[in-house]
Amino acid sequence: MDIWNYLEYAAWILSVVFGLYILIDWFKVDSTYSEELLTSSREGELEAMTEKHKL
Amino acid sequence: MAKASQAAAPAVEKISLLRVLGPAHVWALGVGIVLVGEYMGWNFGVGKGGAYAALIACWFAGLLYTCVAMIDSEVTSTVAAAGGQFTQAKHIVGPLMAFNVGLYLVFAYTMLEAGNAITIGFLVDTVANMAGHSGIDQRPFIILSIMFLAWLNYRGVLATLNFNLVITAIAFIAVILLFFGVAPWSADSPLKHADLMAGDAALPYGWIGVVAAMHFGLWYYLGIEGTTQAAEEVRSPARALPFGTMAGIITLLIAATLTWYVCAGLMPWEYLGQAGVPLFDAGRLSGSTTLMVLLGIGTLFSTLASANGCINDASRAWFGMGRDHYLPAWFGAVHPKFRTPYRSIIFLVPVALVFALGAPLDQVITFSILSGLLEYTFMPINVILFRKKWPLDTIKRGYVHPFHPLPALVLLALCAVTYFAVFLGYGTQLIAMVGFYIVVSLWFHFWRYRFVKRGDQFTMPWPRPRGY
Repeated sequence: MDIWNYLEYAAWILSVVFGLYILIDWFKVDSTYSEELLTSSREGELEAMTEKHKL
Repeated sequence: MAKASQAAAPAVEKISLLRVLGPAHVWALGVGIVLVGEYMGWNFGVGKGGAYAALIACWFAGLLYTCVAMIDSEVTSTVAAAGGQFTQAKHIVGPLMAFNVGLYLVFAYTMLEAGNAITIGFLVDTVANMAGHSGIDQRPFIILSIMFLAWLNYRGVLATLNFNLVITAIAFIAVILLFFGVAPWSADSPLKHADLMAGDAALPYGWIGVVAAMHFGLWYYLGIEGTTQAAEEVRSPARALPFGTMAGIITLLIAATLTWYVCAGLMPWEYLGQAGVPLFDAGRLSGSTTLMVLLGIGTLFSTLASANGCINDASRAWFGMGRDHYLPAWFGAVHPKFRTPYRSIIFLVPVALVFALGAPLDQVITFSILSGLLEYTFMPINVILFRKKWPLDTIKRGYVHPFHPLPALVLLALCAVTYFAVFLGYGTQLIAMVGFYIVVSLWFHFWRYRFVKRGDQFTMPWPRPRGY
């Protein structure tokens, strides 16, 4: 065992930690908020309010 | 359950992506995706036709991408929405083109992300070998790079692109320092252009080698068009997108020229044409340990920045398609706290992992380049239709590109040359890729299109197109 073997193990562990963080947060968000709210984003709303496209 | 959900939800009725980015982030996104092409990949063009062929490819590809940047800057300064060219196609050409362009974007960026992750594994292996440790397992480093960057993207766009800004700037400065380090103006300079490029070494395969080198000329700039994916998250789209994109292409033209100049003057074309990490090799040949370490760090940082930008761009394109029901609307969700397209980011993680762990690097990169090339072919058609349907006196643009339609025609001609160049080396993949897009287009036309909300997808407050 040398430093490179330890680095391999560290990389596996960190990969699992980042993956678990994402999965747990995904589950929490989807079970806390309504689907209607999560998919409420609409394209171009800011432009419709602020840009009149007048020359 | 619905009541509980409503109670837990914040007071806002709608959530959207955060508008927090400035021109520097747009620059970091565009240059960050591309700069890895200077650190590796472009030099395979030297193997196809010699150093002069790679330089000619560098110039012609530079012209191609300058046209791309100008055209993109004009159109996207008016179509400021996530999805970039997908949203442009939806408004200007039509739904089938938009579906195809969306897929080009997702494939180009996800394949490039996978290629970058493979490269990170290779770099760790190289460093371990230099340190005397052979036979390292590359897989945990490939997976870690994808998982870490996916986590960063999941947590928020500002931190993601601040990270890209720092590491991209370091990688770019490393190229500049290498140029000054080899001191071309000095009599003691290690550069030997006259010796290395004389006689048969000038154009070893003649002019057909120059055409073949065009395929790899794209590597100097591939991905700069990704700046448009930040359109819905920049504070001032009409200003930040053209400014960030044009600054990005200028940066890349400088970096590409310096890279070619230093590498071609340090290494014979036979070696340079197959080198895995040419700029790192140039750092080693400069005789300076500091430059060697700096270029090593630059290689790693440019690879990370590219993968990071690719996750950002692919997820925005997928998100945009989901939001418009070109794909299941489930993908159009925004994280209520981090304000990122979190489901699209998550969905593309296993796709990138499968290709990074199961496919060879050259195949992965070729599929990325081919998808990018199809996208560049769409751009001139797009801008010609845009100017025809909405002339300059009908819509306010943040930037107006000059000499229209010349850049569009030049771009179209250069794309044709590059298709031929790709066909010379990867004809089977080119045909397979076109076949794939024909099949998915049929699926979209006969099945998926019924789910698209046709009236809702035109969101820009533009006047009626001329002639309609």
